[in-house]
Amino acid sequence: MGMGDIDLRHRIAKRAAQEIEDGMIVNLGIGIPTLAADYIPAHYEVWLHAENGIMGAGASPARGEEDPNLCNAGGFPITLTKGGSYMDSTTAFGIIRKGMLDMTILGALEVSSHGDLANWIVPGKRVPGMGGAIELAQKAKKVVVVMSHLDKHGQSKIKAACTLPLTAKSCVDLIITDMAVIEVKSQLLILREVMPPFQPEDVMRATEAPLILAPDVKSVV
Amino acid sequence: MNKTANLDQVITHFRDGMTIMFGGFGGVGSPPSLIDAILEANIKDMTLIGNDAGFPQIGVGRLITEGRVKKIIASHIGSNPIAGQKMQAGTLDVLFYPQGILAEKIRAGGMGLAGIVTDVGMDSLNLDEKQLVQLDGKKYILEPALTADIAIVNALKADEAGNLIFDKSARNTNPIVAMAGDWTIAEVEEIVPVGGLHPEEIVTPGVFVNQIVQSKGVNWTWAWETSI
Repeated sequence: MGMGDIDLRHRIAKRAAQEIEDGMIVNLGIGIPTLAADYIPAHYEVWLHAENGIMGAGASPARGEEDPNLCNAGGFPITLTKGGSYMDSTTAFGIIRKGMLDMTILGALEVSSHGDLANWIVPGKRVPGMGGAIELAQKAKKVVVVMSHLDKHGQSKIKAACTLPLTAKSCVDLIITDMAVIEVKSQLLILREVMPPFQPEDVMRATEAPLILAPDVKSVV
Repeated sequence: MNKTANLDQVITHFRDGMTIMFGGFGGVGSPPSLIDAILEANIKDMTLIGNDAGFPQIGVGRLITEGRVKKIIASHIGSNPIAGQKMQAGTLDVLFYPQGILAEKIRAGGMGLAGIVTDVGMDSLNLDEKQLVQLDGKKYILEPALTADIAIVNALKADEAGNLIFDKSARNTNPIVAMAGDWTIAEVEEIVPVGGLHPEEIVTPGVFVNQIVQSKGVNWTWAWETSI
């Protein structure tokens, strides 16, 4: 499994986009979460928020139409939707801290069975800094994590307890991986859906944390 | 007072070892001509304060690449691998804060406040390094305000009094950084006479701005330009 697989990245993003409801204010993290924007139904009125100071981020511009001064938090050119606005970064983060985001979709290094999230530091190895992840994870009403099920050594990224420094405690509501959709509810992990071709047994075997099988495990569509 | 200056005039305010705060987010909204002037003037041992470390050849990343920076206070350096290498090698001191808290510390500095009180990071940051306060029975982190010897910002337009308006998402941290410097220099695309900006559209009042310089424009290649 490699998350460099473009088709796989889009399948995960498409499933994540199904969590977005009409009327929501949503922040999409860098990478796969950004791709989810392509799968939001066109008739929905969804406000995409960006930490650098945008409410109402729109689709990617046509090639040659990019504006270097209109980029998302990942530095990629975007457009502004009708009714969108610009603000300074403190206002953008005020929107986050006040709890106005209905949902954020984030990447992760590890998630625990309690919904703890670790996604900003691998001590001694990768120390890129937390950016806005702590605020997003701690303050968004719903936190959806998208990630590969296993790390590059084949180890489960869904842990009984996180081994890496935490971004925020008990913040994750839903985990979407290349193998499954897992809900975090009352500090328990419930296997809701499997990503074809995997079966529930495959997911149980590949997951370090204990999983509860939903009565009607579905396939991701 | 006409605050228009040229790069030779503004660079006389810089000294080795200064703390320099910069506007910009991933290089977007960072002032290219001022960064060039700092490089050319051989200013070194500086402490930078701003959102991130840019990219190796974009924004303030170039100052880090050239080894002029001894310390950076930022929210992440992930887009600048050279900053990461220097951090690991011990030649660059890096201090991280959550992005919105860093911005708010800067805003507090510009607003004449001593600090801010927040619960962001209570579960995840090393609280041994933090001063905690209690409000209504709940614990919070007390974060001191940040100011700088010089603030450098990038704006779309200035009038000669230093009133500023910004361009789309290039506004980002520029309005707060503009307020937090002891001496603030704005690099702008266009300078208009006083009265040339509508008072309702001015984002940064000119009283916060000491000098304005005409930008020569962005002289780096954006990361997205190489990937399309």
